[in-house]
Amino acid sequence: MNGALVFIDNKEIPIENEQNLLELIRKARIDLPTFCYHSELSIYGACRLCMVHVEGMGLVPACSTPPAPEMKVSTNTGEIRKMRKIIVELLLANHSQNCPTCQKSTTCQLQALAKRLGITKVRFKNQLKEMPADESSPSIVRDPNKCVLCGDCVRICSEVQSVGAIDFAYRGAQTVVIPSFGKALDQVECVNCGQCARICPTGALTPKSEVDEVWKAIHDPSKVVVAQVAPAVRVAIGEMFGLPPGTTTAGQIAAALKAIGFDKIYDTSFTADLTVLEESNEFIKRVTAGDRIPQFTSCCPAWVKFVEQYYPEFLNHLSSCRSPQQMFGALAKEMLASELKVNREDIVVVSIMPCTAKKFEAKRPEFESDGVRDVDQVLTTQELGRMIEEAGLHFKELGPESFHMPFGFKTGAGVIFGNSGGVSEAVLRYVSEKLTGQKHDAYEFTSVRGEEGIREAKLSVAGKEFTLAVVSGLGNARKVLENIQSGKVHYDLVEVMACPGGCIGGAGQPVFSDPLVKRQRTKGLYESDRMLELHKSQDNPYITELYDTFLGDVGGHKAHELLHTSYSSRKRILDEDLDISSGAEKSIDISVCFGTSCFLKGSQKLLRDILEHINVKGLDDRVNVRASFCFEKCDKGPTIKIGSRIIEGCTTEKAIEAIKREGLNLP
Amino acid sequence: METIRKFERVFEIIDQNQRSAARLIPILQAVQAEYRYLPEEILAFVATSLGISPASVFGVATFYSLFTLKPKGKYLIRVCNGTACHVKGSMGLYGAIVKKLELKDGEDSTSDMLFTVETVNCLGACGLSPAMVVNDEVYGQLTPQRVSDIIDEIVLREAHNESDAHGA
Amino acid sequence: MNLMLTGLNKIGNDFIVRSNAAAHRILVCAGTGCLVNGSLKVYEAFVKAIRDSGLNAIVELKKEEEGIFVSRTGCQGFCQIGPLVTILPEGIFYTGVKPLDVGEIVEKTIRNGDVVERLLYVEPDSQAVCRTKEEIPFYRRQHRFVLANCGTIDPEDINEYIAAGGYKEAVRAYLEMTPEEICELIFASGLRGRGGGGFPAGRKWDIARREVNEKKYVICNGDEGDPGAFMDMGIMEGNPHSVIEGMIVAARAIEADEGYIYVRAEYPLAVKRLRKAIDDAYRVGLLGKNLFGSNHSFNLNIMEGAGAFVCGEETALIASIEGKRGMPSPKPPFPSVSGLWGKPTIINNVETLSQVPLVLKVGPDGYRKVGTKDSPGTKTFALTGHVANSGLIEMPFGATLREIIYGVAGGMTSDTGKAVNDGFKAVQIGGPSGGCLTRDHLDLPIDFDSLKTVGAMVGSGGLVVMNKNTCMVSVARFFMQFTQHESCGKCVLCREGTKQMLSLLDDIIEGRATMETLDLLKDLAGAVQKGSLCGLGKTAPNPVLSTMKHFRDEYIAHVSDKRCPTGKCKALVKLIVDEELCKGCTLCAAKCPAGAISGEKGKPHRIDDKTCRKCYICVEACKFKAIKGE
Repeated sequence: MNGALVFIDNKEIPIENEQNLLELIRKARIDLPTFCYHSELSIYGACRLCMVHVEGMGLVPACSTPPAPEMKVSTNTGEIRKMRKIIVELLLANHSQNCPTCQKSTTCQLQALAKRLGITKVRFKNQLKEMPADESSPSIVRDPNKCVLCGDCVRICSEVQSVGAIDFAYRGAQTVVIPSFGKALDQVECVNCGQCARICPTGALTPKSEVDEVWKAIHDPSKVVVAQVAPAVRVAIGEMFGLPPGTTTAGQIAAALKAIGFDKIYDTSFTADLTVLEESNEFIKRVTAGDRIPQFTSCCPAWVKFVEQYYPEFLNHLSSCRSPQQMFGALAKEMLASELKVNREDIVVVSIMPCTAKKFEAKRPEFESDGVRDVDQVLTTQELGRMIEEAGLHFKELGPESFHMPFGFKTGAGVIFGNSGGVSEAVLRYVSEKLTGQKHDAYEFTSVRGEEGIREAKLSVAGKEFTLAVVSGLGNARKVLENIQSGKVHYDLVEVMACPGGCIGGAGQPVFSDPLVKRQRTKGLYESDRMLELHKSQDNPYITELYDTFLGDVGGHKAHELLHTSYSSRKRILDEDLDISSGAEKSIDISVCFGTSCFLKGSQKLLRDILEHINVKGLDDRVNVRASFCFEKCDKGPTIKIGSRIIEGCTTEKAIEAIKREGLNLP
Repeated sequence: METIRKFERVFEIIDQNQRSAARLIPILQAVQAEYRYLPEEILAFVATSLGISPASVFGVATFYSLFTLKPKGKYLIRVCNGTACHVKGSMGLYGAIVKKLELKDGEDSTSDMLFTVETVNCLGACGLSPAMVVNDEVYGQLTPQRVSDIIDEIVLREAHNESDAHGA
Repeated sequence: MNLMLTGLNKIGNDFIVRSNAAAHRILVCAGTGCLVNGSLKVYEAFVKAIRDSGLNAIVELKKEEEGIFVSRTGCQGFCQIGPLVTILPEGIFYTGVKPLDVGEIVEKTIRNGDVVERLLYVEPDSQAVCRTKEEIPFYRRQHRFVLANCGTIDPEDINEYIAAGGYKEAVRAYLEMTPEEICELIFASGLRGRGGGGFPAGRKWDIARREVNEKKYVICNGDEGDPGAFMDMGIMEGNPHSVIEGMIVAARAIEADEGYIYVRAEYPLAVKRLRKAIDDAYRVGLLGKNLFGSNHSFNLNIMEGAGAFVCGEETALIASIEGKRGMPSPKPPFPSVSGLWGKPTIINNVETLSQVPLVLKVGPDGYRKVGTKDSPGTKTFALTGHVANSGLIEMPFGATLREIIYGVAGGMTSDTGKAVNDGFKAVQIGGPSGGCLTRDHLDLPIDFDSLKTVGAMVGSGGLVVMNKNTCMVSVARFFMQFTQHESCGKCVLCREGTKQMLSLLDDIIEGRATMETLDLLKDLAGAVQKGSLCGLGKTAPNPVLSTMKHFRDEYIAHVSDKRCPTGKCKALVKLIVDEELCKGCTLCAAKCPAGAISGEKGKPHRIDDKTCRKCYICVEACKFKAIKGE
């Protein structure tokens, strides 16, 4: 098949592994419209926009038609143009009409298509039944009134991220994309990665904006507003102002932030360097002791929630290090108050992140001290771009300015955190010198670089063999976890980023559809690394100084207090206990865990035996039996709770014994 | 013990279906046969047991018209609106039932949950159109009067059962 | 001879010997229609009456014994005159039998050989009394091939199916034929899929046969959702073993070892009978491991639908079996290559599969004797609407509408069911996916291809005959409402397109439309037809397009004259008060929700047409029938 020719609008195009006509037509540099085709997702065939005419076959959807030699394809017949218009009109007739105030305005594909097809009037009646938008999530706003039901979000959430927090519900014209049982997004398994919002062609799923709060802080003279800029932001924001993807604009960002009114501009790469030291030392300690290996990275909040939710048994494998964003927040609030001579509560830390999950992370209850949040606001790259636009700045023309010291100084290691493989490489740059006790000139570990979603690398450092896995995409992470669990693979260190390609592909980044964009951004970060004077976190003089003057030892007491954290299982989803039998008022509660792990370990039989015991003993009125969804003691299951006592590794005998002990031993 | 028995049924249902996600629809059918509707917590439990996301179970449960997430009345009246019945005035029957049961706009169940009324595409009893089915019993060649009588009969029977129950 | 075949012969012979030992056999129709009419009570009454009169009532043929054999059968098609009872060997055919009639039948017919005249069918036109089924035009003018055994055998008795020659073809397919030969034979017979499109079954099978895969599936599509069609139900209820035998042959043809029958959940009786039939087939060794001594296996499962018309589409049906939302997927890949769980799968409709054993039995040439060149064989139809006789019928392809309507169906009727001479207006064929045929098509030989040329399709086989009082715009709207309701919501054109088409039709029916509405409706219908993802969407515009083509005047009357020629569209009717009849009781004015009625007490009232919402509450309220449409 390869090499055979297809005629696309009379142009000969050779087939080179393209699986469908759409790919081939794109190769012919014709921008065929589509909402639901993405090479990384399964073929869905719902938007009907990519219909083309194939001689002998009539109208076919290009996305699901394999190319065949000598095929004659027309992409712009009168019939096709008429159909495209009708499709867009139909969508517009079931769509919210407030385009100018929509977050996605100017990047919305429906809007772009309407313009491109010259649609000036919708001939159909608007039949939209307004539904309330869901703003419950700290990361994502879901507005069903703007949904075109292309299913991209549903597929990326389940196929790529293996989460499935949203799915289609109902049927026909009532179809909606919605979390289970119509619950709010913050009540379900959503990990806030925002990939749904990244792929959404319209404004139905968008990152939640905090721009107003940030302006408010800036305009408040009593506040000192401090910015931290994540590494991946600098290679992407330029896209919003016409620069090619991957162009590094750290200096312009600093200039823009100053112009907007930020008081201090720092670099999250600095705390990324700090993370390297803390995390590497934790790793060396653990790997030497053979304790909780593999160690998982913990800088991605979507990944952390994923583990908390689905694999609590692995929680102690996560590095206890806070993410660079949270390390920065904690340090800034702790140190800047005295340095800038302001009250702690008057410092406003604003993160500029490529990420929507960082908004969620900043709001986690553990990241606050004395009622003051470590990080106050999180802006996405897109939101910063919009602030720059609002401020009327000509971003491209801004003269580069520098970040403030000390938190503005970074090494290349801290910069490559922004792409998949970067954390691993930064750690290796540290560990290799630490373990050998020697300085090396070379600093690049290219074996951990690449685009594959799961990459493995074996390295030998100081005579020790290390196996690393670099993973991006949570579906890939699930595969790796399952393989680790089943003993198929062994790793020492596993880096996981929820977004495919790492933070450069985050949902807060400027909207992109061409997969090449991610490659360019990654390239930009590696180039920045090369351009910088230093490449290893341990060489960062300000980090050394920070430990000397403030933190003490790496991994020491103060460091632990400010730079480390702990995790908790989220397997138990709120209020999902299930009443099985209710006794009278003064009765004892018995809950049997039905989380997956306990279920597999036999909690079902256990419940049955307990119920039988109760029945035989005539205790029906004295106990309430409930099925609970998780006691978060998965490794020790099956778990039951009788009264206030939790019994791990419970057997029928143990349960009956415990029931007796509650004084329920009637004949 | 009633609830225990019912929960036992959910186990049985899931076991009988090999705890296989592919058996989701038969599982939901069996759950609905047991509860007369699909309670949210049972669906969440089914999702957990089968290892699929609750959102997709919700998606399946809302796709098929025979599944219901709301409890339905003790007597489910389904008026056939297939072509043959439609031609013979099935919507008039439907209207007569709604009127008889004093259902307000958009309601499909009576407040005492004795009756729920809905339409169904075709019962295959076209030769006897217009037709309807009450729970499992099919009635054919109906008129609004006949429908009203059938409802009266049920109400009477229920009242009788009720007084029997109290008497005993 | 193979052991299995010997076994089958013995089962069959035993049945015949036992059955012949009984002096009479009473067949009580137990199809859905007759059951609704109380045929089960009739059956019970027969058993009781026979026993009361001192005779032996045989309800199950366990041994050779004298007595009266009472059986229940599947649907005999003529539901409107049920419950139907046939007395064998005489073949006396009683209609409308009630439990109270049973004593008389036993006394007169069974004991004394007399006929109960009042229960015989009387031909309305000629007043001729019909003693047997064969004398009734409704049956006489059909060609019952696949339905031949429906209504004559007990569908719950596998022995009777075997006695009628059943399962021999299944055995033959495994022992005497190669998969390739079976595919060739089916292809040569010209058997085309009865589910709608008419794709050659042999070709479909051959594609799946050629796929190299350890696992393949055969699926029987019994998700007959077309409102008003119940042919597949009739077969599944009346002759379930024929479907199973067809599936066994199909499994052999593609070397599949597992099958599913997907049945609409609204057909509980079909499900029950199929389940029993499958259990019995396993028991006899016709399903399961090492079939007929070969090393092949075939396991058969039943899956009940859960209420979604779209699951009749094969990829949606597969999704549903897989436990997902029944949403179609793009083709290719076709199920024959990648179907259930990604394995090669053939999906055939109930009627197609039940034809398969018959095709093997009579051979390709024998099969081709009936029907037309490109559409051989017969087709079942569900005949309803304004005709004297409605029910389940079977005709050879190539029969004309005239033969069906004036032959089998006994001519047109008025809205109230009275026979009328010149009442024909149109036929909607193929249900919501089909189109309408008019007077011009009365003599068109009906087959897969001829219908396509006139914008209709065989579809599932629903046949709704409509008289002159039928508003064709309303008919189009009825079907559009159906498909709109049943759209799965996946593709834009079907989800949004059907919704907008329905809204445009509402505009027409309710007097808001302009001529542009008609153009827009046509454009939209064309786009939905060409661009939808699956068959449901692609065929949804057919009723609209064909009524617009054949009854354009009617549309124009609604649009430009704001008038419904049949007076059926309420919103276009002007309600007026007949001043002679009006007593001025003011009740109508009090009840009018729009305040459109005015007048003094005791004097005739008036309705303001501009304010009137055509809710007809006044019409119902008026005790003097003084308010009517103009």
